[in-house]
Amino acid sequence: MKAVGARPGVEVAAALDRFADTPIEGTVALRRLWRLKWGLGAAAILFLIIASTVFASLLAPHDPLSVNIRLRLAPPAWLEGGAVAHPLGTDQVGRDLLSRMIYGGRVSLVIGASAVLLSATIGVLLGLGAGYFGGRTDWMIMTLINVMLTFPFVLLALAVIAVLGSSLTNMIVVLGAAGWPIYARVIRAETLAIREREFVLAGRALGMSHARIVFRQIFPNLVSAIVVIATLQVAQVIILESFLSFLGLGIQPPTPAWGNMLGEGRVYMLNSWWIATFPGLAIFVTTLVINLIGNALRDWLDPHMKL
Amino acid sequence: MKRYLGRQLVQLVVVIFGISVLSFSILHVIGDPIVLLVPEGAPKEDHERFRKLLGLDQPIYVQYWKFASRAIQGDFGKSWYGDAPVFKLVVERMLPTIYLTFAGLLVALLIALPLGILAALKRHSFVDNLCTVLAVGGQAMPIFWLGIMLIIVFAVRLRLLPASGYGTWQHFLMPAFTLGAFLAPITMRLVRSGVIEVMNMEFIKTARAKGLGERMVVVKHAFRNACIPVITVLGLQFGQLLGGAIVTETVFAWPGVATLTVEAIRNQDFPVVQGAVVLLAMIIVVVNLLVDTIVGFIDPRIRVSA
Repeated sequence: MKAVGARPGVEVAAALDRFADTPIEGTVALRRLWRLKWGLGAAAILFLIIASTVFASLLAPHDPLSVNIRLRLAPPAWLEGGAVAHPLGTDQVGRDLLSRMIYGGRVSLVIGASAVLLSATIGVLLGLGAGYFGGRTDWMIMTLINVMLTFPFVLLALAVIAVLGSSLTNMIVVLGAAGWPIYARVIRAETLAIREREFVLAGRALGMSHARIVFRQIFPNLVSAIVVIATLQVAQVIILESFLSFLGLGIQPPTPAWGNMLGEGRVYMLNSWWIATFPGLAIFVTTLVINLIGNALRDWLDPHMKL
Repeated sequence: MKRYLGRQLVQLVVVIFGISVLSFSILHVIGDPIVLLVPEGAPKEDHERFRKLLGLDQPIYVQYWKFASRAIQGDFGKSWYGDAPVFKLVVERMLPTIYLTFAGLLVALLIALPLGILAALKRHSFVDNLCTVLAVGGQAMPIFWLGIMLIIVFAVRLRLLPASGYGTWQHFLMPAFTLGAFLAPITMRLVRSGVIEVMNMEFIKTARAKGLGERMVVVKHAFRNACIPVITVLGLQFGQLLGGAIVTETVFAWPGVATLTVEAIRNQDFPVVQGAVVLLAMIIVVVNLLVDTIVGFIDPRIRVSA
């Protein structure tokens, strides 16, 4: 309960709501703990996923690029014809699917984290500028935000990647340049509100510079919002990246990435469903746990955050 | 109302201008069309000849002006392959995309409306928890993967539905469901929070106090008012909706604008990419304007405060 006093009406209404819904005080605490438990469980799974991609060379049973044409399209171990050596089966040229999935996570996680870092930086700076200075600056930045938000980003990313080529750096830059409007919009709205608070006026009266007010006084109030949006955005970027790779416009084979494995597997789905199924499952589980962590963070940092 | 509309129109012009600059830059600033057009290893003179021929030796603002003034008249140039005018190519593929978008929207509403309302009326019940699980799971689902899983189950294994293509109502089922699943989570959340908010309002108490049945209260008073945020957000998210349609199309080989664009990108046929981007953006902007106007018409509070 951090934002006490910020919106007293909402506070009271929410408190009354909870009171009406749950007669016993203990259930509320339990429920809150239960919610956090989901977030903690998700964090544990994410930790495992990250650790396995970091230590891929130790964990992966095979070289992700080693081809074995005699063992091509082998089903997962538990099915008839499957081999224990390849727990999740092999792909169209006999590469071990499990090893490729472990290595493939690297691409998604690196791109997800870097692109989000980039877009958070751009978005926060523009949002602070628009909210703090207002006037023409605000109008220009808001118009830019509107243009970006209007646009189906998938299409733009496709076009840019097609012109630029799809190196890892390009993917990060394009996905990073695309994600900033969400931060900018939220940060601008929050800045507009904080700008009017007494401590900012006091700072100005004391003769603080704009930069000091913005970064030392306003920014610390926005950190929790930024953390929550950034977490949720990592999941979005991972999905977008894997879609680009799925279309063959992202990370190029034979480098394994969940998206391009899924795209390659699509061709063989008639007889070998596992090639497309497992990488997709990996994307789903990863984005799911990241979303759960984001929701838990929001509940924990500020339950009233409007995201 | 007139001032409200005026402001909306100004915004529309500004946004379309921004998008045209953006899509122009994709080809002319970020990349160099000549490098893409002239075969690798061609002599330097060929490069220069092509540059002059296409007017690419002129300053960039002159090029933009030419592009924009032609585009306003519906002339987006010709495809680099096969000489067909871009405008015609894109418009022909627009209809399937629009059908798919609406079918997806319909599926999303069929899932989201009943579940969202039930969840709001019975908070913390089984239905409410189910909705939360569906929403969290649905938002994490890469829809191109969902589409492939559907194909594997219903087309490959059960042989009930066609795996891809366009034409009969059976062709619509899987793509519409895929797109619907993409939209349903956010719609469901909006419906739920909208209904919860409205149910606490004074006029609901009034309606109950004058003896209306609970069903009338929910359907006539609560639901109608809860629709406003749903329409607004869905309208403003029309771009995202179309983005979802793009992803869906590529999975099911749906003959819409998205498959056209992806083909064009593979062939490096950039006039088509550019034209498709601008035309889609125009549709989105117009839909946004319509939604804003409709909502402003329904709810005077928005009209005044915007």
